[in-house]
Amino acid sequence: MSATDTPKRSMRTPLGRVRNLGAAHSGTSDFWRQRITGVAMTLLMIPVVVIVMMLLGRNQAGAAQILGSLPIAVILLLFIFASAWHMKIGMQVVIEDYVHNEKLKLTAIMLNNFFSVAVALASTYAILKLSSGV
Amino acid sequence: MVEFALPKNSKITGGKTWPKPAGATELREFKVYRWNPDDGKNPSVDTYYVDTNDCGPMVLDGLIWIKNHIDPSLTFRRSCREGVCGSCAMNIDGQNTLACTRSMHDVKDGAVKINPLPHQPVVKDLVPDLTNFYAQYASVEPWLKTTSPTPQKEWRQSHEDREKLDGLYECILCACCSTSCPSYWWNSERYLGPAALLQANRWVSDSRDEATGERLDNLEDPFRLYRCHTIMNCAKACPKGLNPAEAIAELKLKMVERQI
Repeated sequence: MSATDTPKRSMRTPLGRVRNLGAAHSGTSDFWRQRITGVAMTLLMIPVVVIVMMLLGRNQAGAAQILGSLPIAVILLLFIFASAWHMKIGMQVVIEDYVHNEKLKLTAIMLNNFFSVAVALASTYAILKLSSGV
Repeated sequence: MVEFALPKNSKITGGKTWPKPAGATELREFKVYRWNPDDGKNPSVDTYYVDTNDCGPMVLDGLIWIKNHIDPSLTFRRSCREGVCGSCAMNIDGQNTLACTRSMHDVKDGAVKINPLPHQPVVKDLVPDLTNFYAQYASVEPWLKTTSPTPQKEWRQSHEDREKLDGLYECILCACCSTSCPSYWWNSERYLGPAALLQANRWVSDSRDEATGERLDNLEDPFRLYRCHTIMNCAKACPKGLNPAEAIAELKLKMVERQI
């Protein structure tokens, strides 16, 4: 891009443009939660794979019997919680990186939140339903 | 959205091939990006042949030889020619580096391909417009900030605390790191970039400074700091062998430390 093509030429000083609206004083919580959920998923990965292998080839009654165990249900719920949260933060970072249209960005972030909550709740409901034997 | 294609008037066209110098016995081919703001043409890549028996071994020596012997209109920044000033930062053979410390013999395959630093507005030829880059450096307020009464002599610092600045103070602000960072390409108007953040950490890590918390407040932002995704291009590009990614990780660690 050549200097003359720079979009939206402004009379604001370069430092004024960099400072802009100031620091948001946020971001560390998301950064930290992304690490916590990442470590949690790493630790939960092997038990979850084992549980999934135990469920292979079973009918609903068999699956309900396995998921009726409290530790197994808790492991799966923790995994769902950690992965949905991790997915939400990760996708938001991707959106912020690549979508620069403000309206589109806000809409995408909103939909990302809705989607992540919906996936987490639907999965939680399925686990609870099976583990309670309903 | 992020632009993956060049704008129409930025597409690079075929350039001029300059005649080989008469009487030269050993030639090296240089392919150099050219763009003139005054002629209304698209950028091009010109081909030059440098007599390596008549010039020094570095890429900058080759460029100066071209300017002196072939094409005086070739425009680039240079000053110290020994890796101290950071003026001659450019993209050589696909890597951001200093032309004065990069030997043309280290560029193995064919021509020495030279472009301006990536994803910055071009002023002319190999000269990028670094206004935003310098403003970002100014925004981290790179000077000692204190409120205690100024001592009679110097602000004292232990040897151990001084050592914490090693790997930070050596930055020459050449912009090789920031302009090699994809996060900086996509969000340079909001992300401070590796160079400014390394400098920010230099002052955050300085035991004599009394504005550490204030500095961290100024950086705590999803875009200013947290656009760094540890891609590590910055560490690979730095011609001084510094590691801006590590400096940014230290900043993030301090952010977490003060919260938990």
